[in-house]
Amino acid sequence: MLSANLSAIFYLISGVLFILALRGLSSPETSRQGNFFGILGMAIAITVTFLSIGNFSSGFVIVLIFLLIGGLIGAFIAYKIPMTAMPELVAGFHSLVGLAAVFVAIAAFLNPEAFNLGSPGNIKLGSLIEMSIGAAVGAITFSGSIIAFLKLQGIMSGSPITFKGQHPLNALILISIIVITYLLCSTQSSNLFWILLAISFLIGFLLIIPIGGADMPVVISMLNSYSGWAAAGIGFTLENTALIITGALVGSSGAILSYIMCKGMNRSFFNVILGGFGATEQSASTQNKEQRPVKSGNADDAAFLMKNASSVIIVPGYGMAVAQAQHALREMVDTLKKNDIKVSYAIHPVAGRMPGHMNVLLAEANVPYDEVFELEEINNDFANADVAFVIGANDVTNPVAKTDPQSPIYGMPVLDVEKCKSVLFVKRSLSPGYAGIDNDLFYKENTLMLFADAKKMTEDITKNL
Amino acid sequence: MEIDPFIFRLSIFILSIFIGYYVVWSVTPSLHTPLMSVTNAISSVIIVGAIIAGLAGNSDTIFNTSSIFGFLAISLAAINIFGGFLVTQRMLAMYKKKKKGK
Repeated sequence: MLSANLSAIFYLISGVLFILALRGLSSPETSRQGNFFGILGMAIAITVTFLSIGNFSSGFVIVLIFLLIGGLIGAFIAYKIPMTAMPELVAGFHSLVGLAAVFVAIAAFLNPEAFNLGSPGNIKLGSLIEMSIGAAVGAITFSGSIIAFLKLQGIMSGSPITFKGQHPLNALILISIIVITYLLCSTQSSNLFWILLAISFLIGFLLIIPIGGADMPVVISMLNSYSGWAAAGIGFTLENTALIITGALVGSSGAILSYIMCKGMNRSFFNVILGGFGATEQSASTQNKEQRPVKSGNADDAAFLMKNASSVIIVPGYGMAVAQAQHALREMVDTLKKNDIKVSYAIHPVAGRMPGHMNVLLAEANVPYDEVFELEEINNDFANADVAFVIGANDVTNPVAKTDPQSPIYGMPVLDVEKCKSVLFVKRSLSPGYAGIDNDLFYKENTLMLFADAKKMTEDITKNL
Repeated sequence: MEIDPFIFRLSIFILSIFIGYYVVWSVTPSLHTPLMSVTNAISSVIIVGAIIAGLAGNSDTIFNTSSIFGFLAISLAAINIFGGFLVTQRMLAMYKKKKKGK
């Protein structure tokens, strides 16, 4: 049996390894090593926990069985999941962290002796507060992630669900969570503990339903952050440094990602969380809708334009993921490169349904990561490029964000696609994007619309090159 | 007067938030998706709590309510640990540099 001090040191080591795991992600070269550090840290934490309890009786076997069942399911999912489904997977995983936090809190509440927290009905005050926070945040993470998962999976409509009195209701529930936590700590009543869990589940659900599909990058990052705070809360209860360090790391990581995503849309965090982007702005945009002429072309025209270009910039968006067009796109680019045409990719921070979504899809299609650029890196190059090939993106290219202060997306950083000599826009129809506004780019002199499924169009262009 | 151990844990917590802040800002944006999946995996270190709960019973009471919640939490966290690390590895293996001489 490991002494408490020794195991605390091992937990500290695994906490440090987790820091190194995140540090590794600063560049793709070091990232694989980082992931290894993460795995090592986890292995140490789990082994030390077993050794510090030192109880290898029948319970140990059962623990191993449950560990194996979970591990097999996890490994199976990890190998089977298509890269386009990463947002759903991550949302699903967040919900599991949340639920695990809730279960650990319940276990600790029912059997505090096992954790040295006092006895049932007489749990140490500090531990009870930490436990309640961990459980409540875990429950919010769980139900919120479930809704995010259902929306991403398309089981639930991606459009915001709003109703009258939504904000007052949410505020009321949040206040009652605080009141119940206070009462729980003063009375130690188990009924209050269950009520606390129930309303936390409810508020997680209510907080996410008003948020629309394209705001999912923010939601996923936010839930990532919550799962971290829940883990930290439980870490305080268990007096475990590994958990406290990890919780803080994950919590701040998710918070930073949410911030980056909000900035990518030029919206405040509260604006996103309070929801209803599409719902409130739509009316304003439909007013000045007149029929304007567009130029549309076919794969042949597009191939001709690109063949005569010397540099092409590709702008992928969520539509590319939906159409699974990343492999076809890479083939097209390979053909272009054979003709000595310089090709690069421009990625907007909020392209796709989660941070970095497009980068993973392109990496999957064997696109080297040093051909893929972020908005700030590449935005000046559009003026010198011959062709911009916009595939499945829309709002992130809309020049109205720079010109019209009335527009709901005014101020949002956009890719300067219109500065290219010509723009090829692969899209199914002229329908507006998520923000519900018309894209001026469609009607520009130098824009050629290619109305088709992204994958089919890309394949056709390749044939014509 | 002695300092409450809670204060030490709080110090660790606050300092870790700062470490997290600086480390995460240095993550390259193209790796933000692996960042999410790996943070997912490491936050499942909550499994240590689940194991303590699961092993708390003696041989007569292996399946009391508390340890059952522990067992369930072990499975949930294990899905995340294995799933999270493996899917991260799968993703990271795809990030390749341009081949030289092309």
